[in-house]
Amino acid sequence: MRSLGEGMLNAILAIAGLALAFGLILGYSAQRFRVEGDPIADQINSLLPQTQCGQCSFPGCRPYAEAIASGEADINRCPPGGEATVLALADLLGRDPKPLEAEAKEKAIALIDEQTCIGCTLCIQACPVDAIVGAAKQMHTVIEQECTGCELCLEPCPVDCIEMVPLERGLQDWRWSQPDPSPIERPRAARHKATEERRESA
Amino acid sequence: MQLHRFHGGLKLPDHKAESTSRTLLTMGVPKFLYVPLSQHIGAQTECVVQPGNRVTKGQRIGQAKDYICANVHAPTSGWIRGIVEHPVPHPSCLSAPCIKIESDGHDQWGDGRMEPWPDWRKRDSRSLRERVRDAGIVGMGGAAFPTAVKLNPRPGKRIRTLVVNGAECEPYISCDDILMRTHPEAILEGARIVAHMIGAERVLFAVEDNKPEALRALTDAVPGAERDFIQVVSIPSLYPTGGERQLIKVLTGREVPSAGLPADLGMVCHNTGTVKAIRDAVLFGQPLISRIVTVTGPGIREPRNIEALIGTPFADLVEAAGGYVPGVDRLVMGGPMMGFAVADDAVPVIKGTNCLLATRPQDAPQPGPVMPCIRCGECTRVCPANLLPQQMYWFAKGKDFDAIQDYGLFDCIECGCCAHVCPSNIPLVQYYRFAKQEIWGREKDRQKADLARERFEFRQERQEREEQEKAERLARKKAALAKKDSGQTDKKAAIEDAIERARAKKAAQAIEETPEQNRERADS
Repeated sequence: MRSLGEGMLNAILAIAGLALAFGLILGYSAQRFRVEGDPIADQINSLLPQTQCGQCSFPGCRPYAEAIASGEADINRCPPGGEATVLALADLLGRDPKPLEAEAKEKAIALIDEQTCIGCTLCIQACPVDAIVGAAKQMHTVIEQECTGCELCLEPCPVDCIEMVPLERGLQDWRWSQPDPSPIERPRAARHKATEERRESA
Repeated sequence: MQLHRFHGGLKLPDHKAESTSRTLLTMGVPKFLYVPLSQHIGAQTECVVQPGNRVTKGQRIGQAKDYICANVHAPTSGWIRGIVEHPVPHPSCLSAPCIKIESDGHDQWGDGRMEPWPDWRKRDSRSLRERVRDAGIVGMGGAAFPTAVKLNPRPGKRIRTLVVNGAECEPYISCDDILMRTHPEAILEGARIVAHMIGAERVLFAVEDNKPEALRALTDAVPGAERDFIQVVSIPSLYPTGGERQLIKVLTGREVPSAGLPADLGMVCHNTGTVKAIRDAVLFGQPLISRIVTVTGPGIREPRNIEALIGTPFADLVEAAGGYVPGVDRLVMGGPMMGFAVADDAVPVIKGTNCLLATRPQDAPQPGPVMPCIRCGECTRVCPANLLPQQMYWFAKGKDFDAIQDYGLFDCIECGCCAHVCPSNIPLVQYYRFAKQEIWGREKDRQKADLARERFEFRQERQEREEQEKAERLARKKAALAKKDSGQTDKKAAIEDAIERARAKKAAQAIEETPEQNRERADS
């Protein structure tokens, strides 16, 4: 009886000791190897197209990435990224790909009609990537290479002098298309019909 | 010389005799020339002439503005009639900016012609390379990669062997063959110049054994004293032995590493046409403004090789070759394996145009309907790059671009052997081209996204900083105001103090006065 109690006490002590030791190690490493920020959100952010357009209803790509990471938002809310982004996100997060919520648009960039521009600077303030140059009462213009096509400058313009023009597709941008993946449509229905007819005649 | 064999490859009927049975024809100057601004791999050339300008033969009309780019020169003298969108030889059949030149018929060189350097042995490789660059020379085997870039060895890479590629393995094409037959001395001189430029100790001329005349011409042209330096090697005809990597494997038995260059093995490979163009640029100061084009195929009446100016419409070449046979429905630039169909014969000759192939429907029967892959493995057996085409096909079809790169997509030379043997008629090469371009496109998009992110983050940081600065400014102002306020109370206090003091003084004086007055009074 006595030996049994002693054995149990030993076991409890040993387990408690181990728990304490591991607890200390875990506590130490949590401090020592702390990761700043959310690495998953970073990875998601690196897959987003960075148009900062807000079409996902979040104010920019980073907030959307954080929302996906925390499970608040779905992965199919980025129209500029298109299907490729949805697939990449599904691959990263191990979720099932979904069709885009909104229609993917053709890539375009903003163009300011310089005759109409009154130099109000409202579009400059709206541009998330500082792609519009100009000053108060001076003409504004869009830096083509920097424009992400987010359309955020359209709304604030009081004289509607900004329009989106589709990106010019020259020889350098031309790409080979994927060959038609299913050129042969086997007439399945017809085959079934034949089987059925045979069955009927039999 | 001990030769080796690369994996796979195809023995194809060569169809070269059709065009080599007639002599080389030098074409006259057409009335209008269309010189595309982009004829090479790399950035588009910048046009440096205006409509209405007069130009002389060999004058620079397009300026390279990037490292991987090539100058463009006026092929003849005349007037610039505009920078126009004109159909160009490209698989897309799209139009691109071309400089339209109306020739004046004089074909005159101007004062701006580069100085001839018969004394090239005294020049250093740097200035010779500059000359190649100025002359706008690109690889003339078809790929059109700027030659000056290829001649600039990466630091730490010693080039020992120059391989002059005269294999010309693709059926129908014979422009290099005819060049070697007619200008062996010029090619040899070009090879000496290139060897001097890169410091090569050995020059290997590789020519397929189906070109005995070219082999003989070259061998005869090598002087006895140079037999150790320059070797003419007859290699077995096997498609695609003219591929750089395949040729090096045949000559040395060594493999160029994946994602590496022949320079990693101390070798560099140049096409015979390119070598001749380098010689013309150095010896005569002549930029690349013409080339030999094989006009051939069952759809041409008199197939032959024609030396034509860059910018000559294909139609003129066909006419010089006797015209079309009735029923021609397809005009291909390049050979039957790697060439592509062009929209019509208005497209001009460019620096990379080695061959024009015209076919009728019965010559190149449409491949039958595409059927599912049966995993027969034929494609793997013939792949000269030792890849698994069928596996890459599945990945390209499923758009699994990471996996397809692991399977060596970028080692694929798009030779077309796999598609040629495929019993299911799958357009395999198109799948690989699609995958390559999709990967490049995504990389471009990613770079653009990175730039946008950087700018967005910078903007946020700036806005935060501005906010903070504003807050600080406000705080400072407030503090100053508060200080001012407290300063005013101080003043008031000081005034009151002063009044108080004055009052006290007065009172004190009054008190002091009294005893004095008292004393005075007492004295008196």
